[in-house]
Amino acid sequence: MKEGDIRFAKLLVLVCGLVPLALLVWDQAHHRLGANPQNFVILTTGMMTLIFLTLTMAVTPVRKVFGLNWVIQLRRMLGLYAFFYGCLHFLCFYSLDRAFSIFSTLHEIVVRKYIWFGMTALLVMVPLAITSTNAMIKRLGGKRWRTLHRLAYVAAIAGAIHFYMQVKADVRLPLVFVAVLSVLFGYRALDYLRNRKPAPAAAAN
Amino acid sequence: MLRDENKILSREVTAPSVYFNRRNFIRAGILAASAAATGIAYRKLNPVGTGAGPAVHTATIADVQKFAVTTTNNNSGFTANEPETSFDDIAHYNNFYEFSTDKEEVAVKAANFKTDGWMVSVEGLVNKPKVFALDDILKIAPPEERVYRMRCVEGWSMVIPWVGFSLSKLLSGVEPLSSAKYIAFQTLLDSARMPGQNSKVLNWPYVEGLRMDEAMHPLTILASGIYGRVLPAQDGAPIRMVIPWKYGFKGIKSILKIKLVADQPRTTWSDYAPNEYGFYANVNPHVDHPRWSQATEQRIGESGRRPTLMFNGYEEQVGHLYAGMDLRKNF
Repeated sequence: MKEGDIRFAKLLVLVCGLVPLALLVWDQAHHRLGANPQNFVILTTGMMTLIFLTLTMAVTPVRKVFGLNWVIQLRRMLGLYAFFYGCLHFLCFYSLDRAFSIFSTLHEIVVRKYIWFGMTALLVMVPLAITSTNAMIKRLGGKRWRTLHRLAYVAAIAGAIHFYMQVKADVRLPLVFVAVLSVLFGYRALDYLRNRKPAPAAAAN
Repeated sequence: MLRDENKILSREVTAPSVYFNRRNFIRAGILAASAAATGIAYRKLNPVGTGAGPAVHTATIADVQKFAVTTTNNNSGFTANEPETSFDDIAHYNNFYEFSTDKEEVAVKAANFKTDGWMVSVEGLVNKPKVFALDDILKIAPPEERVYRMRCVEGWSMVIPWVGFSLSKLLSGVEPLSSAKYIAFQTLLDSARMPGQNSKVLNWPYVEGLRMDEAMHPLTILASGIYGRVLPAQDGAPIRMVIPWKYGFKGIKSILKIKLVADQPRTTWSDYAPNEYGFYANVNPHVDHPRWSQATEQRIGESGRRPTLMFNGYEEQVGHLYAGMDLRKNF
């Protein structure tokens, strides 16, 4: 793909990623977020975080399966969107659910297991966002950078567990995320095993 | 003179400026289409933003007795002196897993629910067991308006003007035996009419229970309406329980059977997760749900959060029922 086309693809991701936020703001302005808008906003921003984490995880499998090498260039923006919506999700929890109380927010973070997983996902994304620039990739060196960015797996898994744990009884939607992530991780595991150099034959006993 | 048919004349070649404009034009189109597709996908997954749910029209209930807010009635707890939640919110934000686990979807799935020929069986440890036609139950006592706070275990609350009467009036008519210590309720089991029952998310039919003294308390009502109108299906038509000092899930909906029993009956949510939902399920800001805080609540229609009150603000009326009980153990 040409440089210009890549830039256009990035623009597409940038614009589409903002659509859910725009609709959320629009609906809120028109009082169309249902009876419990606070809950709806928290849930939706969390869902967007998981969707973007899943899309980020899908980049490498899609690239290899379909031979679309250029999609790798969209990964940074997808990952940053996951972080962006994750931050919004946390800010909504702090402002709407905890009524701007720092004490009560900290208390909930310490006490609630499902929030441990959510915070893990969010905190893990902080160094990934910071080191997402080209300059940082250069500074860290490709290999170290790649190792660090494996933390994205942790964020995705922790995020899905966080969602699963706070659902009251109907866990079908969280399980959809778990299923999709499992397929993506399964592909990577297979890919890793395939590419590994054959182990030296074990000595016969 | 022959002309080479395949030769493209220079005047037919698109000028570079036009070509690039066209490309920009196509790109703008792709951009707009992608954004629109994203928006449509978002709307499909999140239908709430498309506007209010289905319109709800039910008949008016005649001669509902209302209690003015007076000191006496505040003491009875019959009329909460707080702004009532809108009819629209009460009729479009429902936890009723028999129809859907999505609170905004229940009204849609319940829209065609019919209650014709509804019968309620009152049985078990009573002198006069009876199968009531719905109309006969509604004739047991004149309809009263009870404006109650309703606190959901999930952390949100409403103020609902119910129409109903104290359950004690029905119970005294069937003459409970002294061996009756508890009362067990059961919802309709019919997956054709209640599509949510096709999924095994809970163990159907929904069952609930109360201790006899809780059931006989004047605040405990059988409700058949809200806002002076017949109860919409999504709110538990044709008849449901309301126990205002307990979490909402204790208020079993669309009741088919009421049975007086000697032992504590099993209850659906407690069956599902015994460490999270107890038999008593009294509203208690000091005893958290294992996964979330119960100290505050989101009152539907308000912006900030309210502190949750002990026994949902009915401590004066019902606190004595639990004197000496460890409410952390008996949550």
